[in-house]
Order: sequence, then C-alpha cells, then structure tokens
Amino acid sequence: MARYSIFALARNALRRHRDWPLAWRSPEPKAAYDAIIVGGGGHGLATAYYLAKRHGITNVAVLEKGWIGGGNTGRNTTIVRSNYLHDESAGIYDHALKLWEGLSQELNFNVMFSARGVINLAHDEHEARELRRRVFANQLAGVDAEWLTPLQLKEFCPILNVDPGMRYPVLGGALQRRAGTARHDAVAWGYARGADGRGVDIIQNCEVTGFDIRDGQVRGVRTTRGEIAAPKVGVVAAGHSSVLAEMAGLRLPIQSHPLQALVSEPVKPVMPTVVMSNAVHAYMSQSDKGELVIGAGIDSYNSYAQRGSLPVIEETIQAVVELFPITSRLKMMRQWAGIVDVCPDASPIIGLTPVEGLYFNCGWGTGGFKATPGSGHVFAHTIARDEPHAINAPFTLDRFHSGTLVAEHGAAAVAH
Amino acid sequence: MLLIDCPWCGPRDEVEFSCGGEAHIVRPPEPANLSDAEWGDYVFMRQNRKGVHYERWCHGHGCGRWFNVARDTVSHQVLAVYAMGEAPPEV
Ligand SMILES: Cc1cc2nc3c(=O)[nH]c(=O)nc-3n(C[C@H](O)[C@H](O)[C@H](O)COP(=O)(O)OP(=O)(O)OC[C@H]3O[C@@H](n4cnc5c(N)ncnc54)[C@H](O)[C@@H]3O)c2cc1C
Ligand SMILES: [Zn+2]
Repeated sequence: MARYSIFALARNALRRHRDWPLAWRSPEPKAAYDAIIVGGGGHGLATAYYLAKRHGITNVAVLEKGWIGGGNTGRNTTIVRSNYLHDESAGIYDHALKLWEGLSQELNFNVMFSARGVINLAHDEHEARELRRRVFANQLAGVDAEWLTPLQLKEFCPILNVDPGMRYPVLGGALQRRAGTARHDAVAWGYARGADGRGVDIIQNCEVTGFDIRDGQVRGVRTTRGEIAAPKVGVVAAGHSSVLAEMAGLRLPIQSHPLQALVSEPVKPVMPTVVMSNAVHAYMSQSDKGELVIGAGIDSYNSYAQRGSLPVIEETIQAVVELFPITSRLKMMRQWAGIVDVCPDASPIIGLTPVEGLYFNCGWGTGGFKATPGSGHVFAHTIARDEPHAINAPFTLDRFHSGTLVAEHGAAAVAH
Repeated sequence: MLLIDCPWCGPRDEVEFSCGGEAHIVRPPEPANLSDAEWGDYVFMRQNRKGVHYERWCHGHGCGRWFNVARDTVSHQVLAVYAMGEAPPEV
C-alpha cells in the first residue's frame, strides 16, 4: 500500500497525478474465505480492517450489494459524540470517539475529524433537568460534558436564537467539546484501503441472497455472484438487517425507516459547531464546503424506499428557521434519505446469534456513524474470538428476552 | 407521500394519520404462563418485510378510528385497506 504524504503528493504532482495507485483492488470473489462480512458500509469495512490488523485474519471478503459507503455511511450528517446516558453506551461510544481522535493517522487517510463541539438544547424545564442529569452521568463516566446557559450558548454559537420570546425558548444546553463531525465517505474509503492493503477482498455489486446453514452452523453465503464458503459470517447491513435475518431464520426487534437530511447552498462560515434540539427536532452543522447540513426525522412507517416524505422536512425547516433566523432566505440544494434500522431501546445489537459462526451488528438506527471505529473494533473481536468484547457484551440480542435493555431514547431522540 | 383511503372518510393525506406498526399481533391469552422468550417475542420482535407489510393506521385527525392496511414498503403503494379484526387479504 503506497503511503500518502506531502512527498507523495509532490511526486505525483510532477507526473500530473496520472500514476496514483488505486486505493483498493476489485478482485473476483474466491470460492472460500476464513470470514465474510456482509455490508460494505463504514461498520463492515472497519470490521474487516480490524480483523486483519488486530486479529491477523486476512483471508476475508467484504460483500457489498451496491458500492461501498453507498448506504447510510454516505448519507448521514456525520455527527460524532459520546454523551449518552448509560455506562454501557459511554463504553462503546467513547471507545469509538477515542479511536476517531487518531483515525486519520491510523489509516493514513484524512477522515477530517473535527472536534468542533456538539450542543444539545433544552426547551423546557423537564428537558433541562434531564439534560443536566445526562451531563452529570457523563462526567461520572469520564465523558466530557458541560452545561451552558443561553448567554453562553449565544457566545459559543452566535447565530443561535436565544430570544426568550421564541415559541420554544432555549433554556440552556449541554456541550461536549470533544464531539464534532467527520467526512463520511473518507471513513469508508480509508478503512477499505487499509483492509485491502492487508489482504481483504472488497467485492462490490455482490448481493447476499441467502445463507448456507447446516446443523446449526453457517457454512457460507449465496450471492448474485455465486456461492462463497466461510465458517464465519458477520452481517452489518444497517437498514436491511431484518431482510438478512429472515434469510437465516432469525427474528429481530428492528424496524426500518427512512431518515432524511438536506443541505443548503454553500455560504461563508457561520456555524462554528453542531447544534441539535430534541424538542423541535432539528439539528444543523456546516460542512467544510460551506453548506449547512440539516438533519430531519424518520418517517413513522416502515420503508425501504430510500426517500423520505415532504411533511417531515417541512417540520424540520420550520424548527431550523426559528432556531437560526439567518437561514430563512437560504436555498436548499439537495435532500435525500437512508434506511435506518431502529431498535426498541435505541441501542445497537452486536454479537452472536443462535446460528454458530453467524454474527450480527445492527440496530444503530439514526445514530451509528459516530460509532463506526468502535463498532468495527469490537465486532472484529467478537468474530475472531467467537465471544463478545467486554464493551459490546451488554448489547446482545438476548436482552430483548432478559429485559436488560440499554434505553437511550433521551440521548438518541433527535435522529442523528 | 401516501394517500390513504380511510374506510370511513375516504382518501386523505398521510399527515392526518398515524401508523401503529405491525397488524395481527395477538396478545397472549395467558400472559402469566409465558416464558421470557415468548414474552420478549410478543413485546419486541417484529416483521420488517421488504415488500408487503400488514400494518395498523389511525385516522387521528379525522374520524379517529383504527383500521388495517396492506402496503408495499418499497413502492409505498397501499394495496388493501380492511377492518380491524379481519384476516389479512392476499395481495
Ligand atoms: C440521513 C441520515 C443522517 C444520519 N446522521 C447521523 C449522524 O449525524 N451521526 C451518526 O452517528 N449517525 C447518523 N446516521 C446513522 C448512520 O448513518 C448509520 O447508523 C450507520 O452509518 C450504519 O452503519 P453502516 O455504516 O455500516 O451502514 P451502511 O453504510 O448503510 O452499510 C450497510 C451496507 O450493507 C449493504 N447491504 C444491505 N443488504 C445487503 C446484502 N443483502 N448483500 C450485500 N450488502 C448488503 C448496503 O448496500 C450498505 O452499503 C444517519 C443516517 C441517515 C440516513
Ligand atoms: Zn377517517
């Protein structure tokens, strides 16, 4: 794998950028692998990367039905934070955040992680109490968090409307300074390049259509490009998790919904941080290109259509215009949706299944981008050792039978 | 955008309705005798088909009544509207 550096850039500039090596190969699938990862999103590619790098399992294929990063990885609003309520969540999300902090160096690929801070607003007394409780819980769990008054919020983000006469006045907000945004495509590409460089085959346009399961043990998968054998299969298919589970005869508590986002025309830097509001249901940040990136909610009904409905956007835009009056004349350039896998307790499922050698990593719903490095890291451990890592041990499928849920609706409520 | 044919009020815009999720889930007759697995399945496990989905809707901003819908989750086409308690139609 050729290293990227300022010298490589200069060398290639002299050759008019004609000789850059491909970042990853496009091999034909082999008949058999030691492990197969289904789903070439950020989580799947990160899993393959850590399988190769940390566990020495390099005879691995990532099977992606479309193109890598073309699912929710390339559709999300890139918010990265770790200020969830429970210790289990602090465990996995802060593990991920620590990996984000060194990820560009680790991958030798600029994932543009920018710790510009994330603010969660409170608009009523109850919400303010709940948010402050979360700030304290975060501090106890070793996750940075602080409470800001409306004036402090205004100082931190001058375009935020804190006028007490608002329909839903801002009473304060929680700030996590280590949180921020990253470049979504780069995460997929960086992990793909790193995995490929260690021998992993990344196979695009290859849809898994069934599993070969005999005597309760997975033997391989059926795909649109033929059968491929493997004693271990990890499924990381986000919105399509239930479809794959059904192929394996498993049931999941997951529902698939479209989640939308939109971006404005590019403007000069006006938004120094990320602001989110559960109550009015909107959140906004600014990309390095200058577009304001706005996240909306999910459609309430199940869908695999990858397009959301207009009323949801309308509601979001109303909230954004009230919170940031400066946006009222701005034109929106693009709108899109991804299909997210929503779990009843707003926490993921990462672990073993009743089928031996078959592992699922799903249920990240509206907020799994932030977990990408941590999720891949612990899922690789789970697959390699056939047992969960301590960090993902609480996130079993079995919790829906035992009742030990990790209820994170408060911290996950605004879809992101 | 869905146009849903309320059995009582006729075709109306989706914003007048709320979706109540999977239809035809029957509350176990003897809840006290269920195992944890059976209880968990009843409370949490759901169908999530890519294709025809049978679901409940409520016309909250109209007549306020519940009914069942068979809908394609890819095309969003409403394939059948039928009363609560009725068996799911073949579509
Ligand atoms: C609009 C929007 C905004 C969001 N904002 C945020 C945010 O700000 N912060 C945050 O943390 N999270 C956010 N999320 C959620 C986040 O994007 C997801 O939780 C996360 O990306 C899911 O993991 P993944 O990257 O592996 O999924 P994906 O990128 O969706 O990867 C799954 C892959 O599996 C493939 N696949 C499916 N079925 C098959 C099959 N049968 N065979 C082969 N391949 C298959 C798909 O094509 C897809 O590429 C957002 C999501 C959306 C849609
Ligand atoms: Zn009606």
